[in-house]
Amino acid sequence: MPPNDAIAAHPVPRADFSLRRVGAMVLRYWYLLRGSWPRILELAYWPTMQMILWGYINQFMASSSGGGSGWVAQGAGVLVSAVLLWDVLFRGQLGVSISFLEEMWSRNLGHLFVSPLRPGEWVTALMTMSLLRTLIGVLPAAALAIPFFGYSVFALGLPLAAFFANLIVLGWSLGLLIVALILRYGMGAEGLAWIVVFMLAPVSAVYYPVSVLPAWLQPVSLALPSAHVFEGMRALVFEGVLRWDHLAWAVGLNALYMAAGVGVFLYAFRQARVRGALLQTGE
Amino acid sequence: MTERTIPQHPPAIRVARLTKRFPTPGGGEVTAVDAIDFTVPRGSVTGLLGGNGAGKTTTISMLLGLLLPTAGTVEILGVDMARHRHAVLPRMNFSSPYVELPHRLTVRENLTVYAHLYGLTCVKKRVRELSEHLDLTRFLDRPSGGLSAGQKTRVALAKALLNDPELLLLDEPTASLDPDTADWIRTYLERYRARTGATILLASHNMLEVERLCDSVLMMRQGRIVDRGAPSALLARYGRQTLEEVFLDIARASDGSTLLTGEAADAAE
Repeated sequence: MPPNDAIAAHPVPRADFSLRRVGAMVLRYWYLLRGSWPRILELAYWPTMQMILWGYINQFMASSSGGGSGWVAQGAGVLVSAVLLWDVLFRGQLGVSISFLEEMWSRNLGHLFVSPLRPGEWVTALMTMSLLRTLIGVLPAAALAIPFFGYSVFALGLPLAAFFANLIVLGWSLGLLIVALILRYGMGAEGLAWIVVFMLAPVSAVYYPVSVLPAWLQPVSLALPSAHVFEGMRALVFEGVLRWDHLAWAVGLNALYMAAGVGVFLYAFRQARVRGALLQTGE
Repeated sequence: MTERTIPQHPPAIRVARLTKRFPTPGGGEVTAVDAIDFTVPRGSVTGLLGGNGAGKTTTISMLLGLLLPTAGTVEILGVDMARHRHAVLPRMNFSSPYVELPHRLTVRENLTVYAHLYGLTCVKKRVRELSEHLDLTRFLDRPSGGLSAGQKTRVALAKALLNDPELLLLDEPTASLDPDTADWIRTYLERYRARTGATILLASHNMLEVERLCDSVLMMRQGRIVDRGAPSALLARYGRQTLEEVFLDIARASDGSTLLTGEAADAAE
């Protein structure tokens, strides 16, 4: 029997990578987000609270009553910049993991992967949604820092875009790693989405230089793109110079981690198809 | 005089030596599907029957490509699923009460997302059409999670029909529905098949449904196809009045029974 007329009336996608299917998945997550104002407010709530807290710590440490920490006093808003950039990494990772978990919670993977959606398109949608969620979370906090502390992180200029890009890409790599672990170990591993990134916090040198760390730990720190971003941020705030070496290290390491993240995700996805885990997800 | 060739279309489904083994915690293996062979002709409705754990869902999962076989091949509409799965996925669809649509999205949002995933043109028009056909219009803007079982089934069917699939795989399409809603769904499927010439493979525990809808039946037990044929042929072969009695004969038969298997059943046909 030849293909029926109805099929001809509905052209089907043939492309290996379809931006339309990516858009469909972004739409799916956007519908979810816009359907709940508390969810949108929650995105901005924690970055704003963190910014205010660290902003006052920054002011206190820079003041004479706070001991006049010369290090902090040298660079206005260094801790505010640090907390906002840290949130880019955290929100970037969480954005990928949470969007993936939405599919697990709603037991929707079986429908998604009998549609023409490809894993690469899904990953692109997860990353796009992570970018949107991060911007919704961090931009209001960055804007509020201006009236609260007279400090604008946007004064960092174009290098801020480089710092942002490197941190969110590292967040995506971590997010994919967590997705892979949840695909492998099931919903028992969902808590990883909220804790893994904090394992990097002490060695990412967010609020202090890498040199503060013990000598044996410094190579570990310098193997992370985030440490290079935060070192670069401090160099810009304190000395007004853009450290291209740190930026180059961050980009190179990120390329490595992203390749590893995508590889691990694709392997876990294939293994999930071997084990039948795509149909047996959910709580 | 030139020889006139008649285009030959491959069957909707061709399965050869399809096997799935799962590892067990003790280091062994359990065979869920054991080297099954079958074909489903285009335009037919075929029932996949068997008790719990017979291997129906595992088989359907492999047909869809959600589960990778341990051995054997699956061809859908002439396309090798192992190598070119994405070429054929836009031409097929699937519905199961055990795989849900996102609860917090409205019916309209869910259908819109999937319409885009299937690359449809005129998405709004298609969603409206299906909503009218399946009587979904009243709750298009309600969250999918808040619907009754019957309404959810109709929404899942709407999703499965968005792309007017040439091949429709249905896992227990009327499970847990009241008789009226179940009858409504069966009637809709009959009309859909008559209108489009689509092929339908359905797994079901409802023997009345199978007798009504199916041209042929594959009987599974312990991962194997133990008998096959038209419902009327099975009734005659087992000397029974209903397909349910045939089902019970097969489900309760011991391994050493005289059930037909594979090619033997084909030969008997």
